[in-house]
Amino acid sequence: MSELSVKHLLGIKGLIKSDIDLIFSTADQFKEVINRPIKKVPSLRDITIANLFFENSTRTKLSFELAEKRLSADVINFSSSGSSVKKGETLIDTVNNILSMKVDMVVMRHPNPGAAAFLAQHVNTTIVNAGDGTHEHPTQALLDAYTIRERLGDCKGKKIVIVGDIKHSRVALSNIFCLQLLGAEVMVCGPTTLIPKHIHELGVKVSHNLKEALEWCDVANMLRIQLERQGGDGQSIGYFPSIREYAMQFGLNKEILDGLSKKIVVMHPGPINRGVEINSDVADSDQSIILQQVENGVAIRMAVLYLLASGISRS
Amino acid sequence: MRPSTLIDSRQLELIIERLSHQLVENHDDFKDSVLLGIQPRGIYLTNRIQANLEKILGPKCKIQSGKLDITFYRDDFRRRESPLEANTTNLDFIIEDKRVILIDDVLYTGRTIRAAMDAMLAYGRPKDVELLILIDRRFSRQLPIESNYVGMAVDSLASQRVKVQWAESEKEDKVLLYSTEEKNV
Repeated sequence: MSELSVKHLLGIKGLIKSDIDLIFSTADQFKEVINRPIKKVPSLRDITIANLFFENSTRTKLSFELAEKRLSADVINFSSSGSSVKKGETLIDTVNNILSMKVDMVVMRHPNPGAAAFLAQHVNTTIVNAGDGTHEHPTQALLDAYTIRERLGDCKGKKIVIVGDIKHSRVALSNIFCLQLLGAEVMVCGPTTLIPKHIHELGVKVSHNLKEALEWCDVANMLRIQLERQGGDGQSIGYFPSIREYAMQFGLNKEILDGLSKKIVVMHPGPINRGVEINSDVADSDQSIILQQVENGVAIRMAVLYLLASGISRS
Repeated sequence: MRPSTLIDSRQLELIIERLSHQLVENHDDFKDSVLLGIQPRGIYLTNRIQANLEKILGPKCKIQSGKLDITFYRDDFRRRESPLEANTTNLDFIIEDKRVILIDDVLYTGRTIRAAMDAMLAYGRPKDVELLILIDRRFSRQLPIESNYVGMAVDSLASQRVKVQWAESEKEDKVLLYSTEEKNV
């Protein structure tokens, strides 16, 4: 019998290795469950979960909702557009109002870094962080590492390069914490402007040359260029001269992939900008595990919700 | 006080042999019948029964058997201190229209079997379901569940504990009855 060391999932940073191992071994069983003819188990039938999305999301929201439903939890959804948030209600008030309707758990995405941790301190419920600004996106990192483990057997000793907009990416930060905890080596690669100045203090390698980085790695995780965080077309703030130039320097295509001395695995957290950070001939190739990541996302989220829910008292 | 031995290895062998013959009596050549062991400790008994059946029926009869994990179907989730760790479910056949024999080592409150029936139904609608149990702790049921095949019926107190040991995991086949006092030792 074992349980998580945390009451909330706010980020990978608060986890220890045994937490991740427990989440993975539980996810193994849920992966079997979601491949059955009847994909539902009754574990969370007395739990109500609120999905609060203050920022847009397709994959994560659907994945969480599906995970909750497969565990038989009751689910309510909330998105900030068209809500009282627009009328000036504070985050704590919004959440406390939802909680007074007897909700047991909150899954939240918010544009402000630290929003989930803030909420965990001020309201009395179990919080799962589904992405807080440029800070962390723990379930994404867990499903990425889980998919690597599934494909390569283990994360330990593997070399993973994260390519692209590291500066604005919560996926990158959570991935670095998670992969390092599991004993993998991490490198970040991208234009100087999109790599945080002090990132090497996290113990990661830094490269500005895609080809060099790919030669080094076993797995390449291609991040999306976050146009919405860069003022539209990427030119107004000027992190890089143009999308076209970025694609030429840091976009992954079949030609580069085939030119490498070994076969690497390609990942992408989605949504893909085809032709920018990754070309269609790579995204749809057998070296890409993008769709496995999405499938595993449901199993990982089921495991996280199941393990956290067991800590909620019944009274 | 040492735990008392309910069954030793020789008796256990005889009981498993008897249970296997009883199964053959009802299921003939096992064409439509499957064994379903309940994780974690029903698996050892399932393997023994399967081996015995293959011995009795000869090599031409293939006995299908699977492992069923019931963790996510239990009714005591969030009533325990910490969550139970799940085990593997390994069922590489569909149980639709099959005759299923659920197998576990000890039948006590009946709650495990209730959960197992729920879990099993996620794999289809069996033709019928039977239960095979090594130790039946009589008069302690909390649900209306009884076993079709019983290795040995035992009268025990709620404070006592029955433990089935297997050579595969505990080096020796043996069934022990513990009283509360020894649990603290």
